[in-house]
Amino acid sequence: MRLTGRVHKFGDNINTDYIISGKYKFKTLDMDELAKHLFEDLEPGFYNRIDPGDFIVAGSNFGCGSSREQAPLVIKHAGISSVIACSFSRIFYRNSINVGLPLIEYDTSRISQGDELIVDLENGTISNKTKGEMIEARTLPRIMREILKEGGLVPYFKKYKGFRF
Amino acid sequence: MGKGIAEKIFSHHVGREVKAGEFVETRVSLCLGNDITAPLAIEEFERLRVGRVFDEERVVLVPSHFAPAKDIKSSEQCKILREFAKRYRLRYYFEVGRMGIEHALLPEMGLVLPGDLIIGADSHTCTYGALGAFSTGVGSTDLAAVMATGRCWFKVPETIRFVYNGKLRPWVSGKDLILHTIGDIGVDGALYKVMEFSGEVISRLGMASRFTICNMAIEAGAKAGIIEPDDVTIRYIKKRTNRPYMVFKSDLDDIYREYDCSEIEPQVAFPHLPSNTKPISEIGDIKIDQAVIGSCTNGRIEDLREASKILKGNKVHSEVRLIIIPATQGVFKQALDEGLIDIFIEAEAVVSTPTCGPCLGGYMGILAKGERCISTTNRNFQGRMGDKDSEVYLANPSVVAASAVLGRIAHPEEVLKNV
Repeated sequence: MRLTGRVHKFGDNINTDYIISGKYKFKTLDMDELAKHLFEDLEPGFYNRIDPGDFIVAGSNFGCGSSREQAPLVIKHAGISSVIACSFSRIFYRNSINVGLPLIEYDTSRISQGDELIVDLENGTISNKTKGEMIEARTLPRIMREILKEGGLVPYFKKYKGFRF
Repeated sequence: MGKGIAEKIFSHHVGREVKAGEFVETRVSLCLGNDITAPLAIEEFERLRVGRVFDEERVVLVPSHFAPAKDIKSSEQCKILREFAKRYRLRYYFEVGRMGIEHALLPEMGLVLPGDLIIGADSHTCTYGALGAFSTGVGSTDLAAVMATGRCWFKVPETIRFVYNGKLRPWVSGKDLILHTIGDIGVDGALYKVMEFSGEVISRLGMASRFTICNMAIEAGAKAGIIEPDDVTIRYIKKRTNRPYMVFKSDLDDIYREYDCSEIEPQVAFPHLPSNTKPISEIGDIKIDQAVIGSCTNGRIEDLREASKILKGNKVHSEVRLIIIPATQGVFKQALDEGLIDIFIEAEAVVSTPTCGPCLGGYMGILAKGERCISTTNRNFQGRMGDKDSEVYLANPSVVAASAVLGRIAHPEEVLKNV
């Protein structure tokens, strides 16, 4: 799977309350509606600046805090194709795979706001068109790639009726 | 290197020896959802079209976050849980009047035992590690898959061991030990790992402080917190259930961090991260508008007793609202029987029915722009308890009570000296 888009850069410890504020999360299960409030407290108007396919690039511990799956879901529904970060909080990591949002764990210090990237999830490569650099990131473990390939845990389960280990 | 408790629990449940780093899938002992996470899980569960839950006694639903319902939307969320519980004949659905904050309630009801492997769609599910169980937070889709199959995939986590030596100073509790630890290692200091808490100080702690410590392991990024079961643990569970349990002991030799607790003061975590901790002697003059005592972190009877020692015969400062929330109906009843509720009301605090309420900015004490709150809860992220320009400071119940009396963040002894 090849993904192309521009970078929206964030710092370290971006928590789930920044991604989608607690004041909205219980109000609705309509993710397209919730997506409009993505990063609202941190960067008002962020949703309107996203083009479909864009990347969120962040520092360490992205997605720390609550277990709310609304966090990766709203990122996905806002049109973000993948999140690239130095590290992720583990619940956010599982949730993203389970809802079909690809993640890449890589040192993001050389990726800047607005850079144009081409990401190949199968090979784990990131090509930075703006900077003319090619990065070899790690590929995801097999079980996660298979879940992502089916679009998340529910379609995976429907297809295989259980885990394939 | 020997195995930690978590690896042993995984080996037991998987049915063969497993090591940290391995991907495994295994049956879980119990799964849990609340009124925020379960509706989404239920929606996903129905998409799986399995027609039944894997075990009616192992799927637990607790409406605790916005219950009693704060508005129509939250009422509808709770209704989804109620109807699901009825339709699939769940044994453990806790209705308003019987419920409590989930992570205080499940251990109290004897639903968690040493050696169990538990997942919950709530990040503070790691609380149950205090009983020597492996329990960790997951999202709604994971919960849906577990409700349907009873199985979940895991990467067996690595364990890092923390040792607490020496003697606790007065007014220092489990909350201060975990805040001090998070301040030391950072909010991602234990990312993906299990924090195993040990040492003579941990052995002398009661269950309440142990729950508090494991509860906040997630605030250091940990997958779980865990404490080896001992006499204190076994006494706690024997009072609550007759079900069989498995005690796993740690063989870990390596020590990741060792603390001399006689040097640890009551801690205060400054906005906007639980790792921004300072010893209370170094905080300066910080005026507060609100104080909250409660939550899955510090809403147990022992926490209320600590608060009552400070509040007895005192009044909450005229410019402060003190909100006290017993974590469960059981804690509430016990506090009534012990006369604690009288003390709180005499002190002019408000006492609420169990709810997660203000901790996550839900209701029952939302902060306005520019307001400052000291709280026994677990997170002080920006905007967590209300407006994005409000502030939350984290501390133990006696510090929060003392701060409520003096109108600024204060050491408990400052209040007792004035009496």
